[in-house]
Amino acid sequence: MKARTVGRHFRESFKSLSRNSWMTFASASAVTVTLLLVGVFVMIMMNLNKVADDLEKDVEIKVLVELTANDKEAKQLEKEIKNIDGVASLTYSTKEAELEDLINDFGENMGLSEQNNPLRAAFYVKATNPQDTEKVAEKIDRLKNTYSIEYGEGKIEKLFEFLNVARNVGLVLILALLFTAMFLISNTIRITIVARRREIEIMKLVGATNGFVRIPFVLEGMWIGILGSILPITLVSLLYFNLYKILQPYLEGEMFKLLPITPFLYQVNILILVMGIFIGVWGSFMSVRKFLRV
Amino acid sequence: MISMKNVYKKYPNGIVAANGFNVEIKQGEFVYVVGPSGAGKSTFIKMMYREERPTSGEIIVNGVNLATLKSKNVPYLRRQIGVVFQDFKLLPRLNVYENVAFALEVIEESPKVIRKRVMEVLDLVGLKHKARMFPTELSGGEQQRVSIARSIVNNPKVMIADEPTGNLDPDTSWDIMNLFEEINRRGTTIIMATHNKEIVNTNTHRVIAVEGGLVVRDEVGGAYGYES
Repeated sequence: MKARTVGRHFRESFKSLSRNSWMTFASASAVTVTLLLVGVFVMIMMNLNKVADDLEKDVEIKVLVELTANDKEAKQLEKEIKNIDGVASLTYSTKEAELEDLINDFGENMGLSEQNNPLRAAFYVKATNPQDTEKVAEKIDRLKNTYSIEYGEGKIEKLFEFLNVARNVGLVLILALLFTAMFLISNTIRITIVARRREIEIMKLVGATNGFVRIPFVLEGMWIGILGSILPITLVSLLYFNLYKILQPYLEGEMFKLLPITPFLYQVNILILVMGIFIGVWGSFMSVRKFLRV
Repeated sequence: MISMKNVYKKYPNGIVAANGFNVEIKQGEFVYVVGPSGAGKSTFIKMMYREERPTSGEIIVNGVNLATLKSKNVPYLRRQIGVVFQDFKLLPRLNVYENVAFALEVIEESPKVIRKRVMEVLDLVGLKHKARMFPTELSGGEQQRVSIARSIVNNPKVMIADEPTGNLDPDTSWDIMNLFEEINRRGTTIIMATHNKEIVNTNTHRVIAVEGGLVVRDEVGGAYGYES
């Protein structure tokens, strides 16, 4: 294809956008509504995912060491824990450090002092895969010189279960939304093309190839996709920007955070734009195809 | 140039529109195709530019067998054949100039050549002064002349016309006929399906009469031969 033909196709696509302004408006609005829904959904889902990840990362096993164990035995225990499959990291905290933590948390007025420290030294263990926490904990429990194991038994399993369900439901919803969008938009575009069916027929009778007829329509679909994604991009950006500004101070110091604006908003907006273009192009492509058999 | 051998065409609804056509047309000929409605005239014409495909048999146009021509190559065939329709088939949203230019844009001709050729043919059909008008602003005869201009703009060797005067009044029909005669004098083969008895009997050329999907008469300088 020659460069001037490419130019012609672009001019044609613009011409027909403005000549069919109502149909352009209808199709672009359909794109807008669905992309807005998808955009908001993606925004919620990705943040939920982030929160879930943060919470998961925070899960650790606290291994209390027997009071009778001496330093050598503690070292031995540390080595044994490290050798367990699926242990990512491990930190040791002496009983003095444990006491300090407790005093920091509850204040000095509990009558606790260095002299009669009732606490045990502890190891804090993180599993490589947070979902394996339970298994790792069981293995540690079988080792010598452990007094007890704490990892929020029961609670974290529930949390993981809930997060998994939430993720899957979100994914299914987004996919369903996308399919609806495709269907809706390709139908709207089809109406515009049915109205121009005779034109397509004439072009083909004069000796135009399928590509020659199709390219302006496909470009038109692309512009519709781009037009339709302007509003969703603006609204999603404004929404997230403000939401982040409002919520972030409350989450300071919490163990989970929202996704930071800078990479996240770019990612979401690019996703919206790409989806808009894809939906528009695909919708036009499929709709013209039917009328090219002349 | 154009030859049909044992061409047979049966439509999905069971109607047999071609029951063994055998026709040979040479370069530069002017041929009328006549016959009553439903005799297979339109099928005969439509198979020549591959709007319809024969069920069996062989149709050769410019050395290409249309019976086996792949769909993707049909556009290239159509560029070698100028087709004029009873209902003009002009693009409603393009003006006269753009309609004619379209046939050249399709073959990616340079803008310079397009301008020159389009003005030439518009001059030939006498519509140079209406180049900026839209099809709806023209009379039937003028629209048909635009469609003729479009069909000859890329110098096809063959021109196929399916009842080109069917929607026109007698005077306008004669204008169109004169145009066809002029184009034929320049060496273009013309195949024209028509119901116009007067034209066939006055401007005598070869007449192919089709009835019941068969060529029942084929004579040079023949008459229309039907009471219409």
